[in-house]
Amino acid sequence: MPRRDDLHSILIIGSGPIVIGQACEFDYSGTQACRVLRQEGYRVILVNSNPATIMTDPDFADATYVEPITPDVVARIIERERPDAVLPTLGGQTGLNTAMALFERGIIGRPGTPEMIGANAEAIATAEDRELFKQAMIEIGLRVPRSGTAHDLAEARRVMAEIGLPVIVRPAYILGGRGTGIAATAEEFESIAANGLDASPISEILIEKSIAGWKEFELEVMRDRNDNCVIVCSIENVDPMGVHTGDSITVAPAQTLTDVEYQQMRDAAFACIRRVGVETGGSNVQFAVDPATGEQVVIEMNPRVSRSSALASKATGFPIAKIAAKLAVGYTLDEIANDITSSSGMVTPASFEPTIDYVVTKIPRWAFEKLPGTRGVLGTQMQSVGEAMSIGRTFAESLQKGLRSLEQGRLGLGCDPAEAQLASLSDADLLASIRIPTPERLFQVGELLRRGVAIEVVHEACRIDSWFLDHMLQIMEERAALAEFGIDGMTRRRWRRAKQFGFSDAQLSFLWNVDEAEVRSRRSAAGVMPTYKTVDTCAAEFAARTPYHYSTWEDESEVRPSDRPRVVILGSGPNRIGQGIEFDYCCVHASFALRDAGYETVMVNCNPETVSTDYDTSDRLYFEPLTREDVMNVIEAETAAAGGVPPRVIVSLGGQTPLKLSGQLPTELIAGTSPHSIDLAEDREKWNQLCSQLRIPQPPGGTAVDLDQALAIVDRIGFPVLVRPSYVLGGRAMQIVHDRDHLARAMAELAGFGSLGREGGLSAERPVLIDRFLEDATEVDVDAIRDHTGDVLIGGVMEHVEEAGVHSGDSACAIPPQNLPAWVVEVIERYATAIANALDVRGLLNVQFAVSGTTVHVIEANPRASRTVPFVAKATGVPLAKVASRVMLGATLAELRSEGLLRAPSDHGHVSVKEAVLPFSRFPEVDTALGPEMRSTGEVMGIDTTFGRAFYKAELAAGTVLPSEGTVFLSLADGDKPAGLVLARRLRHLGFGIAATVGTADYLESFGILVDQVVGKISEGHGINAVKLIESGEIAFVVNTPQGRGGRTDGEQIRKSANGRRVSSVTTVEGALAAVQGMTEMQGVDVAVRPLQEYHAR
Amino acid sequence: MREAALVLADGSTFEGELIGADPTDGVATGEIVFNTVLSGYQEVITDPSYAGQIITFTYPHIGNYGTNAHDFESRRPFCRGVIVREMARRHSNQRASESLDGMLRRFGISGIAGIDTRRLTTLLRDTGAMPGAFGTASESVLRERAAAERGTDGLDLVSEVTTESPYTVGDGPRRIVAVDFGIKTTILRHLARIGTVEVVPASTTAAEILSRSPHGVFLSNGPGDPAMNAGPVATIAQLLGEVPVFGICLGHQLLGRALGGTTFKLPFGHHGGNHPVRHESTGRIEITSQNHNFCVDPSSLVGKVEVTHLNLFDGTNEGMRVIGAPAFSVQYHPEAGPGPHDSEYLFAAFADLIDRHAGAAATGGGR
Repeated sequence: MPRRDDLHSILIIGSGPIVIGQACEFDYSGTQACRVLRQEGYRVILVNSNPATIMTDPDFADATYVEPITPDVVARIIERERPDAVLPTLGGQTGLNTAMALFERGIIGRPGTPEMIGANAEAIATAEDRELFKQAMIEIGLRVPRSGTAHDLAEARRVMAEIGLPVIVRPAYILGGRGTGIAATAEEFESIAANGLDASPISEILIEKSIAGWKEFELEVMRDRNDNCVIVCSIENVDPMGVHTGDSITVAPAQTLTDVEYQQMRDAAFACIRRVGVETGGSNVQFAVDPATGEQVVIEMNPRVSRSSALASKATGFPIAKIAAKLAVGYTLDEIANDITSSSGMVTPASFEPTIDYVVTKIPRWAFEKLPGTRGVLGTQMQSVGEAMSIGRTFAESLQKGLRSLEQGRLGLGCDPAEAQLASLSDADLLASIRIPTPERLFQVGELLRRGVAIEVVHEACRIDSWFLDHMLQIMEERAALAEFGIDGMTRRRWRRAKQFGFSDAQLSFLWNVDEAEVRSRRSAAGVMPTYKTVDTCAAEFAARTPYHYSTWEDESEVRPSDRPRVVILGSGPNRIGQGIEFDYCCVHASFALRDAGYETVMVNCNPETVSTDYDTSDRLYFEPLTREDVMNVIEAETAAAGGVPPRVIVSLGGQTPLKLSGQLPTELIAGTSPHSIDLAEDREKWNQLCSQLRIPQPPGGTAVDLDQALAIVDRIGFPVLVRPSYVLGGRAMQIVHDRDHLARAMAELAGFGSLGREGGLSAERPVLIDRFLEDATEVDVDAIRDHTGDVLIGGVMEHVEEAGVHSGDSACAIPPQNLPAWVVEVIERYATAIANALDVRGLLNVQFAVSGTTVHVIEANPRASRTVPFVAKATGVPLAKVASRVMLGATLAELRSEGLLRAPSDHGHVSVKEAVLPFSRFPEVDTALGPEMRSTGEVMGIDTTFGRAFYKAELAAGTVLPSEGTVFLSLADGDKPAGLVLARRLRHLGFGIAATVGTADYLESFGILVDQVVGKISEGHGINAVKLIESGEIAFVVNTPQGRGGRTDGEQIRKSANGRRVSSVTTVEGALAAVQGMTEMQGVDVAVRPLQEYHAR
Repeated sequence: MREAALVLADGSTFEGELIGADPTDGVATGEIVFNTVLSGYQEVITDPSYAGQIITFTYPHIGNYGTNAHDFESRRPFCRGVIVREMARRHSNQRASESLDGMLRRFGISGIAGIDTRRLTTLLRDTGAMPGAFGTASESVLRERAAAERGTDGLDLVSEVTTESPYTVGDGPRRIVAVDFGIKTTILRHLARIGTVEVVPASTTAAEILSRSPHGVFLSNGPGDPAMNAGPVATIAQLLGEVPVFGICLGHQLLGRALGGTTFKLPFGHHGGNHPVRHESTGRIEITSQNHNFCVDPSSLVGKVEVTHLNLFDGTNEGMRVIGAPAFSVQYHPEAGPGPHDSEYLFAAFADLIDRHAGAAATGGGR
């Protein structure tokens, strides 16, 4: 069946901000869908509140709504655009839930309203409603774990009694396993069931017999309207059932199933997608297998493109989202060509099952170190913030590559300095530890195997299949053999074997205690060099020209020669807090711009969720770890393929990951700002000198490598001070320190192993930076571009809502600045220009300022892409990343203006607000107060005619509903009380009731403001306290600002309870004032929607 | 570790290590083909259609789940060797009773591991299936033996693999005679679900077959060049019209030749579990299991058959229905073992053909 001509316009619902469980995989899938549907001639309408996405680039849709993804707002977009269809299956759980809400309201999926394509409401309900799903599976003869559903605690207890402990509790309609847990005792059950009921938007939980310890598998299925079904990929989890699949190390393809078992699972997956009724597109079905009997049960299915589909696409080269979009508009699988093989002249259809000749390993990355209070134990609720994927010819090779791709200071499965952490633990301690899944478990398992503990014993403790364990053991045995050989005993065969086991030069350097450079040169001298194989969907059965490569150590390399000028773009690796999709956006834009300009672009990255790792984003993709060795290997391979001409390398768009490598790569290859200038900005001494030459004020400060030096600095500049390590992103381990004790603690932490030690520790090259902290200062961010002629473009000046001291990544900001006098903005622009010139920047520069009274201080400058580049581009319509990448390769701003790539910023008098999205709802044990260490996982943008409206939208998009009535609870730090007075007056004026803690209430009442309810200290225990008040549900909004130091207990409990009860709250007085401005401007007004294309029109 | 090498007829060499049994004089030879399945190595290795061939697995890890009694496709492997990137040292699956390496040793099959199987596959793809030799012998010996190996062209391999004497499987109401050119156990299991299957040697004549009063005749898969089976082709020509016939793989090719059609050799054959085949009457796509080097040329059978199935990768013939006689056949493996179950309906279709034919005969119809 060909393309449907009865449809003309299609609305795609995106997935919104990056949150745990929903990351940039949906930008990847949504971007593919937008491209394909536009190529097919449809008018594409997109809604997504996340400005850092590539899909919200105005070029990817006909109408791009950067608006909150709520049913009300999307309904308004539908009213304005009147699309023929809505495609809800590419925007993650957000897309699906929003579509279901719109269906319930009769806005889509009913006669006379836009059609739901991909999956209809009935299919979504069957897959998402646990009880319906279970019944459907039983109906078609598939086995499911014994279970029952409950809607309240009493019912939950009855169901649990019938099934028997242990049980797993899963709330209906949630994503990333939020609210899920395993209960082994009645007490645990009580709290887990209560949490689950709370997490489910319809207060429904499934209570199911726990099958923790069973093997876990996933199949990615595609179906077309002719009912043709194919499996794109099978995935086996290394971590058995009990760990959320998003937190599991997973491997593709399945390794330990016989064909008989695999085909049984395949049949079941098809039966499942048919029964659920997903008419077209991709779904994933999860299975558990009892390792003792082989019994298979169905766990769940996602009736949409998922995180696993992104992984499966990257693992096989089969673009699931692109094909799903085509199937949704009527094509059948046999009508769609397989891009990868069709370039060979033979057109093979997408109606086949990819087969692969390598092993793919995905390893999650967590951020527990940024969330004090968390236990770091993995379970059924997803907690990871990113993942790395690696490809090797064997599991051992891909596992070791994957571990070094994580960039967490590990060089592989041990054989690195960090393994010393386990040295002091006894076998018994380690065996006890591996019973509990944690991020460290794999290393503990490796250590036990290295010590010779039997596979059977290790398996009994961790339940990881013995096939995987044996390969880990082989890595350990190989290591022992290599230690024995020594570098002088290495032969060609031995080098090759070591590399085939995935050992990096860095690991061997550690093992033999010789320089990594020496390892590299000895290995090369032995003639052992990496070979690059191709991901081609067909295990080389057909010739494929897909330029998608991975390294291994065999006979033949498949990189094709070419003589065009080429640029290697180093990506940003796995997502983490502080380094996420924004940098992928920059890398992808650079690739697009440079391809357009005639360069051959080469991407190196290891994050499977991203657009950058889509095989057609660049001319060539190397799916490789971002380490010195792996990157140098790519550069050498590219040089060889170009007949000895080395490529240029871009290190400044992928965040800190490639920037850290810049000093280790040949300087002459680096495009844009020189490593020397990068170092100038990072090196405190040189930077201070530069600022004083330029007469730009800085907060006083200095650098220290130990406590004595640190104390000497504070003796000079006084407290409070900002303490932070050099060369990190996202305010990693940044603290505001108010006294000597705290300073001693902070220095000890920075030097210790727990935090930064494993990222290299402190040294003269990487000291701690200590600066006077400017209280009550306004923070301002500037993104600028300078070309080699000295022409400087100020891309955007962003005024932060929260004061300096809250990490810029966690604070809201506005373009244009709202409260800065024009002369201050001029000073800021002048300083930024002077710094750009002084640093001889060729490309992007981000400068942070703190405006304190009438003084503009420069805090720091980074000659690289910043997190805000995509936001600025969406706000102004200027494609900063594209312009910067061209400038890095030598173009001037003037040339780009005349080419039309660089245009003047659009100004329709609109205001854009960026707001951070924080992960606290998943971590109820964590204090939600903002500070200098960044903890947000993503961001949203609100755009409207005024600041208040834009801020309101940004909050709504971030999940904070600003109320229009009710009681606001105020609990303010002393320093915030004067501003709180203004806040309280405005709230009163808007008709809100006010509740406050004693101190705040006294202050407000002394200025004549009526406080309706006063609560005492929690510790005093009498009367109603703040926590009880919040839990009573009578509070619509909480404003709680932490004291500068100490006395955090009450505040922390207040914030945690607001987080737990999901009452909207803010933790800064500036945030509260902005919120009140939003409430004021939205009184009696509906949210208005408008696409970016209109804001950017001239 | 037993260091070994693989040498192809064109002189290409690969280094690796020996697995499985020690070959006689340190050398194993055969025609090298590749198979792209991700699971099902035991079924592939024990498929008699691989007689005379050395099987390269493109998936690097082979042996992961061991071997078990159920998954044998015949009484023993008939292939000449196995080439893998990595042989599992330890297997893990509750169905396993023996390691793959142990099974290979037990049956005297040698293999070589550590091979850049992707380079080998690319080579075979570009030049076609090639004779080769591997083992622990010196490279010069291997080179000589590879050059001397003739491959499977023009060989009668069927006589090596067919049953010596007839036997019966199943006890269903329909009586099916299965001509064994190298029949797979999974096919027998499927046939036994629809009838009593009397398996007869490949050399059985039409008269002998018809003397068993079959309701249907099944033509099995098997190894080698269909042109080397003149006897069976003549037999099939005599059976056509007398009794419903269903053929798979070599059985399909022999049916084509019995109708006067020609067969030709594909450059590197189809060996895998992921080829899309379109069922022409419904337009449905079946993902199929494939294992053949030779192919029926449908242009040689115009007017005699209706093409029922088409390979969407290369457009080659995958199935046909004989015009004017109750007979059909497919080139691929609907029984799977290993592979997808998408095409199992063909066994029901055979039962249906048998029943319709019997019904027509009972009501005085028939020829």
